[in-house]
Amino acid sequence: MSENLKLVEYTKPIAPPVNSIGALEWLKKNLFNNWFNSVLTIVSAIVLYLVVTNALYWVFIEAQWAVISNNYKLFMVGQYPVSELWRVWVALLFASLLFGMSSGVWKGTMIRIASILTLIYLLHIIVPFTATESKVWLSAQIGVLIFGYFLGSFLPKAKWITLIGWFFVIPVSILLLRGFGIGAFPLVRTNLWNGLLLTILISIVAIVLSMPIGVLLALGRTSKLPAIKYFCISYIELIRGIPLITILFMAQIIVPLFLPPGMAIDNVVRVMIGATLFTSAYMAENVRGGLQSIPKGQYEAAKTIGLNPVQTTTFIILPQALRAIIPTIVGQSISMFKDTTLVAIVGLVDLLGIAQSVKSNPDFLGRHMEVYIFIAFVYWVIAYTMSYSSRRLEKSLGVGER
Amino acid sequence: MAQSQVKIVEDPAVQEGEAIITCTNVNKWFGDMHVLKDVNLNITKGEVLVILGPSGSGKSTFIRTINGLEEIQKGDIEIDGVTLSHDIKAVEAIRKDTGMVFQQFNLFPHMTILKNIMLAPIWVRKKPKKEAEKLAMELLERVGIPEQADKYPGQLSGGQQQRVAIARALAMQPEIMLFDEPTSALDPEMIKEVLDVMKELARSGITMIVVTHEMGFAREVADRIVLFDNGEIIEMGTPVELFDNPQHDRTKLFLSQIL
Repeated sequence: MSENLKLVEYTKPIAPPVNSIGALEWLKKNLFNNWFNSVLTIVSAIVLYLVVTNALYWVFIEAQWAVISNNYKLFMVGQYPVSELWRVWVALLFASLLFGMSSGVWKGTMIRIASILTLIYLLHIIVPFTATESKVWLSAQIGVLIFGYFLGSFLPKAKWITLIGWFFVIPVSILLLRGFGIGAFPLVRTNLWNGLLLTILISIVAIVLSMPIGVLLALGRTSKLPAIKYFCISYIELIRGIPLITILFMAQIIVPLFLPPGMAIDNVVRVMIGATLFTSAYMAENVRGGLQSIPKGQYEAAKTIGLNPVQTTTFIILPQALRAIIPTIVGQSISMFKDTTLVAIVGLVDLLGIAQSVKSNPDFLGRHMEVYIFIAFVYWVIAYTMSYSSRRLEKSLGVGER
Repeated sequence: MAQSQVKIVEDPAVQEGEAIITCTNVNKWFGDMHVLKDVNLNITKGEVLVILGPSGSGKSTFIRTINGLEEIQKGDIEIDGVTLSHDIKAVEAIRKDTGMVFQQFNLFPHMTILKNIMLAPIWVRKKPKKEAEKLAMELLERVGIPEQADKYPGQLSGGQQQRVAIARALAMQPEIMLFDEPTSALDPEMIKEVLDVMKELARSGITMIVVTHEMGFAREVADRIVLFDNGEIIEMGTPVELFDNPQHDRTKLFLSQIL
């Protein structure tokens, strides 16, 4: 057999023809290939030139960024008491450590996310208006992040420790920020939690809690038990038919009416519940889409090897369904993150709320452009980091490939 | 449909052993379509039964009723003393005793080959992880691809995937193996490697029911061949009887189209 194979002669492979063209040739082909396109190119170039030069002139010459630098603390944490700020820094240290450990454990995408975070810390250290104390804290964040990386790389069972850490980071941070009302941890009421801190807390709680609830609702919707099935369908359809802002108002005004007198739920918690309930309904529909994308053969194969329905869902169906919908989950998360701006309307002072109050400060009258452009930039950086990470994650998990 | 009912004379030689599967008057409808019509069939322990028939004849549906993937509306199926019913416990008991191999492999694409095979032994048979891994590697040796253990299904050729699917079914140490057109989705050069594994399996004495279009395999390996057409068994016999001396006109027609 192998002797016969030796007799087979193959045609030698040759390189594909080179079809690269020069810059001039490219211009001619793509921008000036007829009179109409030539006119279009020239007009666009002029418009682009005017927009860019004016924008740059405004950003670097005309704009007075003091409104941002003087109020930087307000934008970040609002009225959180200065004496208790160390708690925010410690909570952030915890998160930085976990980002570091995750990049050590999973490498790849996590290293990039941790690098973006480090870059943001570094930028804050470099800019002149950061207080010296904050610079020390920021350097500590970077230190902990790098320490975490080595911990994640070399510690045995680092993966499990990191996962457990991620599980606890939000409740621990919230407890820490709130305090216990004793000794070194005096209570910090949530009406003092403002700015980016509040925006991030609300979005993370809503996004993280809506995932398990969404999965349960989606599974419930496909259940064979009519009671569960119709409960899930009505919940999903009801919530999806109501605007988020209405739900937030209801959470603020109507929910207290149903509570026994004397019992009050914190404002921020009410908004978190409202946002979670809202996002869950959309998550449920996303997950249902993922469940429907699983071929029938997967269920049959799982049945024939003897797995029961719970095992089939846990080991076979959900892992594949969730992997398939990473892009939609991240899309949903980004839109939830941006939708948190609506809490400004029901009286919470998130990043947008702070912007509103800063621009009405008489010292900075007329500086609203700077303020809005700054918070737009902050939202964009965070949202883009999320969408970038999701694209990297999809690639590394091979979503869309079989 | 007015078709002559042929009394099926079963071969006494293969009826001597103890029946592991007994099908009595099995009937199934898809909507108004009568897809299985009074199917009666006994299968003995260790027998290799090949089911032939034109497409749409109900042979795949029939094999899928045996482990409860398709419910039957009338009749009885008894497997190793357990009667198939709506009771989920009975169905699960039967599924633990039967392995199935599908036309489209149906491996779990998000797990490595090894994990695919280890899953059921760990979670259904409650084996310790070490033992399950050892068993999985032995089975991969048996189907000839131990070197692929850490790859994902998508990285394997069709023939290799089907051999993994066979190993995965064997991992439950079933008494009965069901094959639903195991080579129909394969490129011609990969069919042989799968058939070789199946031949080895047949010699090992496991009870096998194979729905296939591979006549060579049927002739060489089958103890008995059943010919399905239009939802009913029209002829049954040893390969020699069926291929060399078919009794029924429809059998003759089917064989003339295929051979």
